[in-house]
Amino acid sequence: MYSRLSNVLCGTYFIAIYGFIFLPVAVLVLYSFQDGTLPIPPFNGVTFKWYSEVFADSKLMSALANSIIVAVLSSIIACLLGFCAAYALSRYRLPGSAFQRILITAPMTVSYLIIALGLLVLFNWMGIRLSLWTVGVGHVVINLPLCFAIIYASMGDHQKNIERAARDLGANNFQVILLITAPMLMPSILAALFLSITFSWDEFIISFLLSRFDVTLPVEIWSLLRSGLNPKTNAIGSLVFLLSVGLLIILELFVFRQRSQK
Amino acid sequence: MTADVSLLNLSKAFNGVAALNDVSLEINAGEFIVLLGPSGCGKSTLLSIIGGFLAASSGKVLIGGKDMTSVPPSVRPTTTMFQDYALFPHMSLRDNVAFGLRMRKVGRKERNHTADTFLDMVGLKASANRKPHELSGGQRQRVALARALSVSPDLLLLDEPLGALDMKLRRQMQDELKAIQKEIGTTFIHVTHDQEEAMAIADRIVVMNQGAIEGLGKPSDIYMRPQSLFSACFMGEVNLISGTVATINKQQYTIKTKIGSFDLLADAFVNSEPQVDNDVTLCIRPEQISARSDAGRNLKPLISAKIVSSAFFGTHFRCLLAPDLAPELRLIAHLPQSSEMLQGSVVDLVIDTANITVLLSA
Repeated sequence: MYSRLSNVLCGTYFIAIYGFIFLPVAVLVLYSFQDGTLPIPPFNGVTFKWYSEVFADSKLMSALANSIIVAVLSSIIACLLGFCAAYALSRYRLPGSAFQRILITAPMTVSYLIIALGLLVLFNWMGIRLSLWTVGVGHVVINLPLCFAIIYASMGDHQKNIERAARDLGANNFQVILLITAPMLMPSILAALFLSITFSWDEFIISFLLSRFDVTLPVEIWSLLRSGLNPKTNAIGSLVFLLSVGLLIILELFVFRQRSQK
Repeated sequence: MTADVSLLNLSKAFNGVAALNDVSLEINAGEFIVLLGPSGCGKSTLLSIIGGFLAASSGKVLIGGKDMTSVPPSVRPTTTMFQDYALFPHMSLRDNVAFGLRMRKVGRKERNHTADTFLDMVGLKASANRKPHELSGGQRQRVALARALSVSPDLLLLDEPLGALDMKLRRQMQDELKAIQKEIGTTFIHVTHDQEEAMAIADRIVVMNQGAIEGLGKPSDIYMRPQSLFSACFMGEVNLISGTVATINKQQYTIKTKIGSFDLLADAFVNSEPQVDNDVTLCIRPEQISARSDAGRNLKPLISAKIVSSAFFGTHFRCLLAPDLAPELRLIAHLPQSSEMLQGSVVDLVIDTANITVLLSA
């Protein structure tokens, strides 16, 4: 009796928690197929016309391309910088290394709004005009601490000995990093890269405040929403969700699985 | 390739604590040297200094007559086999072994061919395309050996390479290491804390303690003719019996101890010339004590002793004995498997005086 009750409770909890997380997304996706002009109940039937409208909208499509470019480039830069910082801090004795570590990871605790405002003031003062480049800089600022933390955590003493072996066999510092350290840490480097891409892809506040004429997809969706609810916004939202899920699956298949094999 | 090694007055201190204390050593080309000692004795520090991973506080390292004291590891004619193998996890075995040649700008075809030859030497040619994580500990160790040898070093440094292997595999790898070393003729310097391993593979053993060399010589000399109390105890069980030199008559020395007097020849004294009334310590290995029934020549008849305890060790009985003349003393003896060793019974013991070593007390 007792175990049956606990089974029922567990099952209810399971449904409640996943419902809580995924019901909004499910509703969003469902009403992107709404055969009507309003994405609200009742559901009138299935149509793909909102998707074709999305693909026909040149503004949305260029925003999509912008988003991809900004996400990929800023994530690569954030990973590169994060890797270099992690390597330096774990392999060399630097002055105040604990303090430097805190300094690098600190931006994680600062809200995106504050970072965006700070950068906005800075760019204005330096006379740099807002563009996708400034958005990219903002994304590097928020993703660098994450990349650093992930890569730094995976650098251990065991790898130090492996690097020592490479040096012993005649490799110089540059060759050690390129041929040994980076490939050895590839699972965590890729994890950092894909996570940064996902964060950059979804990011709104920094993109909104630091862009002007060319905007990223979340900013474009926001301006669409200002003209009221529309199944078209549901359709583009579903596409954004699909891409995020796709990245997550890639991450799972190629990074985490590989790691668990070792 | 091979080279001789000279270590001249090497010292090393970590934050003011001495790890090596004025160590000098001459190693011949093609020798298999084992640095033996307990953990913290400085043997690994010495190896790191020879390999160039640590800088000595003072002193010089000469390899093949050339001063290597301040040459970085990548340029030294040495390679190291690490305790944790340190294989490159993302590379196939072939790429692991070929890495050193790749760093020496050898073409892909040639270096792969060489790598295969060395993998063949350690019996892993068929696994050349596999990754290190697919291998067992012993196989990884072989790959590490092949990788270290592939660049034809003058000197191979082995840092407790067999420490992580089980007993049976360790014995097997010892035999293989020894055979490979004899075949290629490279100078090997091997660090271990296992005295059996040291005796199994070494041409010469260097016993180290507290940053200094305590003994140096062939395995049989290190065991039978220890140059210090530390060497005597570290190489295996030993009975240390203190006594005084009573009389010296030509080449015959009579030493009085609590368990009787011993007549010994001059070669029993390894490190100095004794004088009358000198305090000395006799080192008697447990297997040099036997029960009277298997007496032979050179055997000193000894007092009877009572068996305090005995345990069967497979190859022998290990007995704790209390001699009647000094019942507070405990002698350790390895007696034959066939003997009936009953606790509390009294046996007559004889000692093989030819192999007793006498050390002068400081």
